[in-house]
Amino acid sequence: MGKPAIIVDNVSILFNMNKEKVDNLKEYFIKLITRKLNYNEFWALQDVSFTVEKGDRVGVLGFNGAGKSTLLKTIAGVLKPTKGSVKSYGVIAPMLELGAGFDMNYSGRENIFLYGATMGYSRKFIQSKYDEIVEFAELGEFIESPVKNYSSGMRARLGFAIATAVEPEILILDEVLSVGDAKFRMKSEAKIRSMFDKGITVLFVSHNTNQVLNICNKAIILDRGKIIAQGDAVEVCAKYNEMINSKK
Amino acid sequence: MKYLKNFHKYRYLLYEIVRKNIKLQYRNSVLGVFWTFLQPLLTTIVLVVVFGGIFGADRSQTTCYPIYLLCGRLVYEFFTQATKRAMRSINLSASVIKKVYVPKYIYPLSNIIANFITFVISLLVLVVFILYFYLFTETQPVISGYAFLAPVPIILLLLLSIGVGMILSTLAVFFKDIEYLYDVFCMILFYATPIFYHVDQLKLPAAVATCLKLNPLYSITEMFRCTVLYGRMFNINHLLYALCFSIVTILIGFFVFYKKQDKFILHI
Repeated sequence: MGKPAIIVDNVSILFNMNKEKVDNLKEYFIKLITRKLNYNEFWALQDVSFTVEKGDRVGVLGFNGAGKSTLLKTIAGVLKPTKGSVKSYGVIAPMLELGAGFDMNYSGRENIFLYGATMGYSRKFIQSKYDEIVEFAELGEFIESPVKNYSSGMRARLGFAIATAVEPEILILDEVLSVGDAKFRMKSEAKIRSMFDKGITVLFVSHNTNQVLNICNKAIILDRGKIIAQGDAVEVCAKYNEMINSKK
Repeated sequence: MKYLKNFHKYRYLLYEIVRKNIKLQYRNSVLGVFWTFLQPLLTTIVLVVVFGGIFGADRSQTTCYPIYLLCGRLVYEFFTQATKRAMRSINLSASVIKKVYVPKYIYPLSNIIANFITFVISLLVLVVFILYFYLFTETQPVISGYAFLAPVPIILLLLLSIGVGMILSTLAVFFKDIEYLYDVFCMILFYATPIFYHVDQLKLPAAVATCLKLNPLYSITEMFRCTVLYGRMFNINHLLYALCFSIVTILIGFFVFYKKQDKFILHI
């Protein structure tokens, strides 16, 4: 037993989905008076519990809508669980959809500092990592032009470069390796693997069992908000492939 | 303690967003940062022409009308701009808030601080105005040591803006049409604040005059004018009223924001 990095304890998340989206005052009052404020309750996660040990690389598998992103958002601290608790030890670098923290009118260089600050790092610290980031992102002279002119691959490279350069203790990857070309995918997989030696903990969401096998040593399958399998990556991936085949 | 520690960690983010807002505001404009001076200068000229000339009531009782106007306009403009920016801040940063954990109050707060910095810079226009009228005109503003008390109303204004900004940013998450309502409210506020008129010089029914004086911006502009235009001590009642109003607004603002912030993500 190593030290725990993330403890997810009996987490359930309830979404109150309005049947219709009410986002203005007029509709709200009309609905309030006519008592038509109906909510559809639905559990995005139900009693999810697992522990990730330090240095584990956990793949999260599941079909669309299984609650994978909800789970990662809960771990990242963006969503609060309705029941249960999430504890994490160490700096988390979330990379849920790359480039989310960028300002489109800002240049690549300025965005590096902004993105770093979003993760809670000082300007000085980012400055010390700056050359490494630019080199890994392969942006060259484009680093001075506004991010809105970047291609999606360039944005992904920059986001990935920043999130890995800061050497976080826990890295959350939400299907990020599916963007970019094959060359970038290989390069980023190699980068993640090089971070294993420093004992980084990885949570990795993917549909692709090959990628999970490449990176992870453990895996979880989520289905409709519940964990239906967890354990060794090879076994769980085999089970997931079975699930896919039985659905066909 | 926990909150202070968290704030300490994310102070860089506050700094970066303030910096970004100021930088982007003037990017791609030819005159750049000069707009901070030009804008209040030009709008004050328009107001002086309109209310001092065309609809010119008797302004002889008002000391140095252009400065009187500029003081009111600066206060009003900062308040409305800062609160409007804060109101939109959460919705505009939706992409970040949905993905990464950040203390959400950083967004309205940093927008207000960015506006506050440009506001403080734009006060240079006021200094130039005061010097010009002091040196070259008959109806002089009074320059005295009380000018050093000018930061008092300015800080009250900042506190009030933060409070109102927090309330608005929370509301705007749940009701998108607050933005339009607030635009109308700001227009009413423009006429309800003595920017281009003097409450005591209008022959208003006592009840209406009292209503106008309940506006905290009234107290703040009056205090501001006392220090920089009339060169005397401001009415201590104005100070107490504006201070209480600001503190209560801030408490309500942070309370509402704190209670609702976990629900933001479901609505943005």
